[in-house]
Amino acid sequence: MNYTIETILIGVGVFLAVLGAAFAQDSLFQAHMGVLAISLAIGFILMLRRINFAPAGAGTAALVGGAPSESEYFDEVVRYGVIATVFWGVVGFLVGVVVALQLAFPDLNIEPYLNFGRLRPLHTSAVIFAFGGNALIATSFYVVQRTCRARLFGGSLGWFVFWGYQLFIVMAATGYVLGVTQGREYAEPEWYVDLWITIVWVAYLLTFLGTILKRKEPHIYVANWFYLSFIVTIAMLHVVNNLAIPVSFLGSKSYSLFSGVQDALTQWWYGHNAVGFFLTAGFLGMMYYFVPKQAGRPVYSYRLSIIHFWALIFMYIWAGPHHLHYTALPDWAQTLGMVFSVMLWMPSWGGMINGLMTLSGAWDKIRTDPIIRMMIIAIAFYGMSTFEGPMMSIKAVNSLSHYTEWTIGHVHSGALGWVGMITFGAVYYLVPKLWGRERLYSLRMVNWHFWLATLGIVIYAAVLWVAGIQQGLMWREYDSNGFLVYSFAESVKAMFPYYVLRAVGGALYLVGGFVMAYNVYMTIRGYQRNEAPIAGSVPVLQPAE
Amino acid sequence: MAEKHVDEISGVSTTGHEWDGIRELNNPMPRWWVYTFYATILWAIGYCVVYPSIPLLTENTKGTSGFSSRASLTAEMDAAKAAQKATLDKIAATPVGDIAKDKTLLEFAVAGGASAFKNNCAQCHGSGAAGGMGFPNLNDNDWLWGGKVEDIYTTLTHGIRYAGDADTRSSEMPAFADVLQPEQIKQVAAYVVSLTGKPSDTALVEPGKQVFAENCAACHGDNAQGNREFGAPNLADAIWLKVKGEEQIAAQVSHPKHGVMPAWGARLGDATVKQLAVYVHQLGGGEQ
Repeated sequence: MNYTIETILIGVGVFLAVLGAAFAQDSLFQAHMGVLAISLAIGFILMLRRINFAPAGAGTAALVGGAPSESEYFDEVVRYGVIATVFWGVVGFLVGVVVALQLAFPDLNIEPYLNFGRLRPLHTSAVIFAFGGNALIATSFYVVQRTCRARLFGGSLGWFVFWGYQLFIVMAATGYVLGVTQGREYAEPEWYVDLWITIVWVAYLLTFLGTILKRKEPHIYVANWFYLSFIVTIAMLHVVNNLAIPVSFLGSKSYSLFSGVQDALTQWWYGHNAVGFFLTAGFLGMMYYFVPKQAGRPVYSYRLSIIHFWALIFMYIWAGPHHLHYTALPDWAQTLGMVFSVMLWMPSWGGMINGLMTLSGAWDKIRTDPIIRMMIIAIAFYGMSTFEGPMMSIKAVNSLSHYTEWTIGHVHSGALGWVGMITFGAVYYLVPKLWGRERLYSLRMVNWHFWLATLGIVIYAAVLWVAGIQQGLMWREYDSNGFLVYSFAESVKAMFPYYVLRAVGGALYLVGGFVMAYNVYMTIRGYQRNEAPIAGSVPVLQPAE
Repeated sequence: MAEKHVDEISGVSTTGHEWDGIRELNNPMPRWWVYTFYATILWAIGYCVVYPSIPLLTENTKGTSGFSSRASLTAEMDAAKAAQKATLDKIAATPVGDIAKDKTLLEFAVAGGASAFKNNCAQCHGSGAAGGMGFPNLNDNDWLWGGKVEDIYTTLTHGIRYAGDADTRSSEMPAFADVLQPEQIKQVAAYVVSLTGKPSDTALVEPGKQVFAENCAACHGDNAQGNREFGAPNLADAIWLKVKGEEQIAAQVSHPKHGVMPAWGARLGDATVKQLAVYVHQLGGGEQ
């Protein structure tokens, strides 16, 4: 294919970025536009090299393997997405281990670019948006085509979504390190990066929705409900939370439209639903396709899937205020945030039940198939953290847990356990299929990855439970005369052993990530490791069609 | 697609649809799931009746309990204050020197002092009050401005060289670079070091003794034992607050640096300062 117009547009982009840097109102914007210009210039050169200058119609098909017919699935972008998922996953875990070590050993803060304050958003964005986001985009493109029996809508729009998203990641990440931030948790990128991701996201919505509209199946599969709710809701959350007025159109700073407690509430309406719709709904879509495929069993209950879907998306959107218990937020809003969080418990568990029970009739695969094992532990962690979440939203519990390490432990049992593990399962399912390999390079390495990651999560979560509860108790401990027993600094000092152990747990998880990256790389290269099959697993990897 | 289809393994019928080989069973929702879901909804409704919950046009529903987190905080704070009030009043009415005579008051003051110390003093003096370079150790019996509980109380209340308090303890060592020759400063530094029993160049020590007697003894005393009236440190006890070694001593003599401690009386209130004084006094070095 001849991407002439696209190439010209990227060239114009390079020019505009250079202009932006030249006329920048502040040095941060200048540096950031420089990064943008370099990124786009690399893209421009790569695109130029692909352009075929032969007359139209002559030999273009032969050059890049022929224009895909409408009957074929658009899988090239999914392949790129899977590679990006693995890459950003390892990067995100690595930065996570670094920030964990920085907490234990403050000397590791390298000022100013690599201090905790800048690396922490780099870690959260890398794992949520780069790793999780790429996983969601790639799997949603794969799943929607197959469950709709239709090629991805929009021609090369899928490429725009993929590369546009990578550009967003690069701009967000370099911005954090440079010091460009609006200081909103999980929404740190400044206004111009926000505008860019909005455009990319609308393209994503069009691609996904267009594919559903031209589907050849009479009904829309449940996985696609979840993916669609994720795409639509994230668009709404992103736009509202990032409403801001830039100081200058050539400057890196902007001011939010909201202030005070309204600002806090908008932020946590966004923040909690980033968890609810990005990290839950989207990954439930993943679960609803890959678990039945890998297990070769039907989904347990159609009715449960309908009820828990609608209950989940209706209730999640109200739960944000539980992040603001005992603050200036009015009591009535705190009450609603709490009761909706508690009502969310069963809708969340509906997904867990449907995932776990899909294995009924194939329970033996937990023993024989490490990929299924990975998916099942993911669902188990999903169930555990969606019980823990509503519990922590109860004000009495929250008064102990809020602001402590317990919250971080909770987030990670969801993120490492649920999001990470279900993604690993999907990646292991996808890679042999996408690259036409008979099987993965090594199933035993999947097993190693499983145990490294599981052990890592268990250490991480257990350590931070103890740490958080100890911290909370130290903060509120009074002696018999009515005086606080501990100062804040003493509670910080008490965290040291936990911080070290937490880094150990994270490092185990990171090592598992490296094992996966190697396994995926070797599978793509077409190798098969000569190894003894896992007991009872012959024939290996045969999802019943 | 919606033909009748039964899953062979479970014997349950499916919905008849199929997507890329995936079917869906027609299992009912688990009863325990449904009932637990209903129970959480009922609980939520009940909670909303009891607590403030529904926003209306100008006000929100107050709930049957009339709960308010601000009122509840105020009540808790009031209760905590009321529990301490009797003892605090007694401390306020007792001269600081007499607090230790009442065992209950002493115990209360030490606990309160320790708590206040961790949040207000530990930043400079360290969590164990062991001090550091430039910040005195409060565990030993080396006092700049006096080690009786009344002295400590005065220091705490008004601070040292603190501009915001008219009664602050104040003294300033002159910059001897303007008064003495560099050679003389070297000599006096050697003399001061020799006082602590450390070997020093005798060729410097002898003239240094002379320089000291003429310039330093007025404040630091004939034997360099210090003078608490001016906060002049004892120079003979091998406890060094700001400097160590001849070179640093010479620098301090030439251009002295002076520490500042804030006045805590206005900031923490008299009762807390009294508790702090009692706490610091009983750390180990307090004088009677």
